[in-house]
Amino acid sequence: MATISEQNSGSPLGGHGSRLGPAASLMMQHYRQQLRTRRVYTAISIVVFLAVLIASLKFANDANAGKFFERLPYFFDFIRSFVPDSPMEIVRAMFDLPSPYADGSLKYNYTADRHYITDTLYIPNFIYQLVITINIALVSTIIGATLAFLLCFFASTNLVGAGATRFVVRRIMEVMRAFPEIVIAGLLTAILSIGPIAAIIAITVHTVGALGKLFFEVVENSDMKPDEGLRAAGANWVERVRFAIVPQVLPNFVSYTLLRAEINVRASTIIGAVGGGGIGEVFRLAIGRDHAAKTYAIIILLLVSIIIIDQFSAWLRRRLIGQQSFEFGRGAA
Amino acid sequence: MSSVPTIHASERERLRSQYPQVFHRSFMQRYGLVIGSGIVAVYLAICFFAFNVGPAFMNGQWDRASLYVQDWYSWRAQPRLRFQDDGTVKVQWSSRGQYAQGADIFWLQPIDNGGYSVTYGSEGDRLDVTTGRVDVYVGGTVYPVTISGDAATVVADAPSSIVQDGNKVVVNYGFEGQAEIRSGQVYVQRRFLGWANFMFDPKSDFWGKSWGELAALATFGERLDPNRTNIRHMVDDFLGNSVWQHSDILSKLLQTLVMAFVGTLLGTLFAFPLAFIAARNITRNRAANWGMKRLFDFLRSVDMLIWALFFTRSFGPGPIPGIAAIFFTDAGALGKVYAEAVENVDDKQREGVKSVGASPVIVNRFGVVPQVLPVFISQSLYFWESNTRSATVIGAVGAGGIGLKLLEAMGTNADWDKVAYMVLLILLVVFVFDSISNALRSRLIGTQH
Repeated sequence: MATISEQNSGSPLGGHGSRLGPAASLMMQHYRQQLRTRRVYTAISIVVFLAVLIASLKFANDANAGKFFERLPYFFDFIRSFVPDSPMEIVRAMFDLPSPYADGSLKYNYTADRHYITDTLYIPNFIYQLVITINIALVSTIIGATLAFLLCFFASTNLVGAGATRFVVRRIMEVMRAFPEIVIAGLLTAILSIGPIAAIIAITVHTVGALGKLFFEVVENSDMKPDEGLRAAGANWVERVRFAIVPQVLPNFVSYTLLRAEINVRASTIIGAVGGGGIGEVFRLAIGRDHAAKTYAIIILLLVSIIIIDQFSAWLRRRLIGQQSFEFGRGAA
Repeated sequence: MSSVPTIHASERERLRSQYPQVFHRSFMQRYGLVIGSGIVAVYLAICFFAFNVGPAFMNGQWDRASLYVQDWYSWRAQPRLRFQDDGTVKVQWSSRGQYAQGADIFWLQPIDNGGYSVTYGSEGDRLDVTTGRVDVYVGGTVYPVTISGDAATVVADAPSSIVQDGNKVVVNYGFEGQAEIRSGQVYVQRRFLGWANFMFDPKSDFWGKSWGELAALATFGERLDPNRTNIRHMVDDFLGNSVWQHSDILSKLLQTLVMAFVGTLLGTLFAFPLAFIAARNITRNRAANWGMKRLFDFLRSVDMLIWALFFTRSFGPGPIPGIAAIFFTDAGALGKVYAEAVENVDDKQREGVKSVGASPVIVNRFGVVPQVLPVFISQSLYFWESNTRSATVIGAVGAGGIGLKLLEAMGTNADWDKVAYMVLLILLVVFVFDSISNALRSRLIGTQH
């Protein structure tokens, strides 16, 4: 067995015993040993990870109706078959203009979907549905954020002494955000019949859970000195929360609420697709029935609206609270 | 708290003149909240009418709601007692029969002259059903219902729990159940707490056995089937439960988890190298930065739902479209987050590595990756967590997983106990994965994040 210094002679750090003292050699040996152990662990975890990944992929492939590699050559067939008769068709579908291809089928019935305000003035159907979807998101964000605001103070350690209250409120929030939205929507659809109310309530419930968590974390991080001052002046709990905590946390609350509004626009689209009304439902029908022009019109509308909402809320956040709390925060979804 | 602090009027005046900026607040500061709340209230009121909330709630079938919610934690046995021409009563079960053929049912016992007695909770609340007449006992008192021709009629002095509804008579015993007496049959609904046949369906050899008996069979009992052990037999029967479809539901749940896991992982692997191209401080080519960032924007702004529907059309329903949808959206979102993290790194470490003559790849490996890895991992874990939830929803549009199963169960309007079962499974899985991801995150990057 060679000595450490001999083993290390080739490396830039190792050198000879003469250059590295015995203590340093020992350290070097220790370092290498640790490095070796770490490499072994890394290798093992990579192998395990790959095994899980391959098993998962195989499982997914077996469970799927069409196998991935079998379907791949036909993948572009679908895109190729999904071409509107002419680019103008997309515009016509978007604005409910009469189509020259009209043959009485659903595929070209653009004008039938108009929503008339007066005898001649109408709103194109997709834009009308988009407005519904955005309104669903806005209403549920407003109600959800209000409820989360009221709840969050009861969940934070620094404001509520009673562990039981905190525990209950936190568990309620957890269930609210983990409960599948489609179940709430489905239950309410069965009771109230199809419409946007089910979607609003489903998204509101999720919003309360998700925002409540973010809110109480902000409250817990707030500076307690103003609170002490108010307590010294004899303020009660509500006054302390109102004048010591709320002014500190409000910018963060606003920022999170705006982010949630963005997320909720997407959520209301998805809930719409499973029966909650709005553009999601129209979209599912269009793509399911192979109506290419309609599908493209909706995709363009969705893209444009999502980009506009992103930009608008980014601008609003920047204006209201400055650059410092401006970060991409989808992680809390 | 009555001790409101008061100060003298002159002192107040002095403070007011000395610190005018504290006391004078701008118009928006004074009234902004009121005006804002007013606008929001008006908006909500408009939406209230636009969405027809009032009429929808008025016309809502709220009696159904209590029924559905009861179905979450209880089950109904629903036999139809049909009147036969020969003067006897025949019991007919629905397709979801909860009892085995010829089982002895304590609340449904034959009585003389070919009839049946249905007991609701106690002897005082029961129906004695014969072809000519049904004796309805409520609280020990009997109210005979006569069956004649095409109608069932109850005596005039019946209590409110017995209602004459056209040609039929409806008897309501509250939670215990109800019965509909018609001219040709009695439709009985008998409700019990819990989920019927959750472990084994009536066709199984283990049906109706107590936990003690099952434990005994599993450990030292005789083999019921000589070809396999009892435990094996039990697991097969449990998974093959025709009513609860455990194997199907569990495999759909696994699909959901696989979708979230593989989708997020592939998104991470894809975004990792591309983030370095998108970062301005690493790649000096503005066109490459710009192109990469727009690619991320595109992947991200097309909704997960759109990707899911699109891939469902290409690959058919199943988890592959779900994986692809999560992969596409996450690649965009993670790419953006990663690129921002890379742009914020401290440049000194890169300079240090560069100064010893390392190649660009090595510079990034040792100068950038150690700095950004914690952020990368924590973001990916966040996305994994949130995708476990999203995967349920996109499953409902055909992208595999438990979402579709949920939608099917809700669509029948009868399987609400199955919905409850799946919801509990989802909640459990989400909580478990939340804790795993939280634990991993705090181990990998410390608790400060």
